[in-house]
Amino acid sequence: MATVLRRIGARPFLRASRSLPSFQSCFHARATEYLQNHDPDLSESQRTVREAIARICSDFPDEYWARLDELHQFPTELYEALARQGWLGICLPQRYGGSELGISEAAVMMQTIAESGGGMTGASSIHMNIFGLEPVAKFGTGEQKERWLVPLIAGRQRACFGVTEPNTGLDTLQLQATARRSGDDYLLSGQKVWISTAQKADKILILVRTAPRDREKPSQGLSLFYTDLQVPEVQITEIPKMGRAAVDTNSLFFDNWRVPMRDRVGQEHEGFRMILHGMNAERILIGAEALGLGFAALRRASLYAKDRHVFGRPIGQNQGIQHPLADSWMKLEAARMMIYQAAQLYDQGYTGGEYANAGKYLAAEAAFEACERAILAHGGMGYAKEYHVERYLREVFIPRIAPVSREMILNYIGERMLGLPKSY
Amino acid sequence: MSGLRILVPVKRVIDYAILKVVPLRRGIPRNVQPADMHSQQKIKPRINKAQTGVETAGVKHSLNPFDELSIEEAVRLRERKGPIKVEDILALSAGGPKTPDVLRTAMAMGADRAFHIDVPEKGDGGPEPLTIAKMLRAVVEKENVNLVLLGKQAIDGDQGQTGQMLAGLLGWPQATQASKVEVKDDAGTVEITHEVDGGVETLRAKLPMVITTDLRLNEPRYASLPNIMKAKKKPLEKKTLADLGVEDTRRLKTLRVTEPPPRKGGGKVEDVDGLISKLKELGAL
Repeated sequence: MATVLRRIGARPFLRASRSLPSFQSCFHARATEYLQNHDPDLSESQRTVREAIARICSDFPDEYWARLDELHQFPTELYEALARQGWLGICLPQRYGGSELGISEAAVMMQTIAESGGGMTGASSIHMNIFGLEPVAKFGTGEQKERWLVPLIAGRQRACFGVTEPNTGLDTLQLQATARRSGDDYLLSGQKVWISTAQKADKILILVRTAPRDREKPSQGLSLFYTDLQVPEVQITEIPKMGRAAVDTNSLFFDNWRVPMRDRVGQEHEGFRMILHGMNAERILIGAEALGLGFAALRRASLYAKDRHVFGRPIGQNQGIQHPLADSWMKLEAARMMIYQAAQLYDQGYTGGEYANAGKYLAAEAAFEACERAILAHGGMGYAKEYHVERYLREVFIPRIAPVSREMILNYIGERMLGLPKSY
Repeated sequence: MSGLRILVPVKRVIDYAILKVVPLRRGIPRNVQPADMHSQQKIKPRINKAQTGVETAGVKHSLNPFDELSIEEAVRLRERKGPIKVEDILALSAGGPKTPDVLRTAMAMGADRAFHIDVPEKGDGGPEPLTIAKMLRAVVEKENVNLVLLGKQAIDGDQGQTGQMLAGLLGWPQATQASKVEVKDDAGTVEITHEVDGGVETLRAKLPMVITTDLRLNEPRYASLPNIMKAKKKPLEKKTLADLGVEDTRRLKTLRVTEPPPRKGGGKVEDVDGLISKLKELGAL
């Protein structure tokens, strides 16, 4: 067999078994196994997704991601591999080339990509394409879906997402960028910030004000457009940042940017309602990405702790090393339970945001702690880029901050679940 | 000939992950050597306690890589739109309750339907090649198959006998370890290339025939998500050996399976003269 294995070196193979859970021959889903597929709670379709994505991602090891981080280079190879095999359409309608799976499956996909070592870099490179166009799928016309979803799913067009502005953060209803009618077109003027992948994206889904803010109906007056981004009227400036250097983040300035009527999604002034629609899904996906990063850190830390000998024994034999990692496993798993519960509820049509928000919060915090502990378990090596955990730590701040801060989630829970007065 | 009806027998075997060669563009080195191997788990097969085979419980499994080549080739024969149209690609596997996993993979890659021959797992390495060959003969006859594409061997048992035995039982021509398969005309002439010591040999035969596949035949695809979803709806029939009139008799007895002896450390020589005298001493020169 050994000879065959060597000869097969021509091509990578990685297969996790795909099947219904069988508890008779129970063995553990070890956190040290690369992209293990033994979680006892996964559905058959989740297991299928996990297996297939693991197979693709195993072609893109940590070294690939470290290199891209160093070179500030977009992970085109992974993006193309996923597009080629239809993964960008995981949640989108079959009619346009998608597969119409749920957020439960998309969350597994995003967790797996992050967990493979891709972290937030891998996840963010496709994140917007996975669920960002839900408003189009839901509210777009047949012609728009044909025109937009087909090339997006096929990987021919990349999309980005523009809501946040320099003077408007989480108070989305205060958006200032405007679109005013000019014949059959709109003229867009204003700024957007934190727009990921805008350097290369062909299209942007953008929310702007079409009517002045009305105190009576504050959620009215914003409109949603999906339009060509790479035009002279839009100035795109990259923001240097702490981590995830391979996937650009930008600020946008635009003045009298002519956007045709046919690029407006849904009714005029109704954009906010449409954007709101995908919020819970986005929190679930970001939470799942955080989980992936946390499990990746835990895997590296546990393997290193078992391997590294100091004073004649593996450092993982010391409870000072072992217990924090065990604690992280429990916290990550607890967050995973909530994220996947939120996903399942979402797929069943539940619209409440408590589990999606809380799951995102818990997953991001658990992942942050796991990344920090992974560095500490590595000692000095953890500070060296060669061991990858410092990269994980730099990236794990993203799910702690975005798409909604920890504090706003606490506010949400305080108000909605505890019935306490609004604090802001 | 009316159409190609291809049978592709596949096996579920222990999976392994290996060091990856990452195809990258734009100035990134093709060969990424991990600083440490922690990111990839290497499979180390272990001998079971009874010393009758490799431990399979709790170990990842997948489609035998040579069988993956066979499936891929069958699908490419269809896609190439050669002189004979591919009418049917039937994947088949014998094994326990997890066997449908690999059949679904085969169907996601492009097989039209699948047979799962239910053979209970007894920890004895499964039916012997002759039993499998007889089983395949029965399927060939019942399903009117005119081309059987098999992996040259399974990476667990390494027997490499099934294809040849099947050709013998059927009285069909066979071409083993194919590195290229080409249907030449609609009369069913097939040219097969395989690598031999010192070169490449090209064979010609007429359908129906048996072909076993080797590594350089093709590069199997990853199943796409839409095809994975479609595969879930393709027909998968469950059968038993008895349905095919075959009995799982054993003609061989495995006495013992053991680990290879651990490698001994090497020695150092000072210079070329030292090397030559060492080789002479060992009788190599």
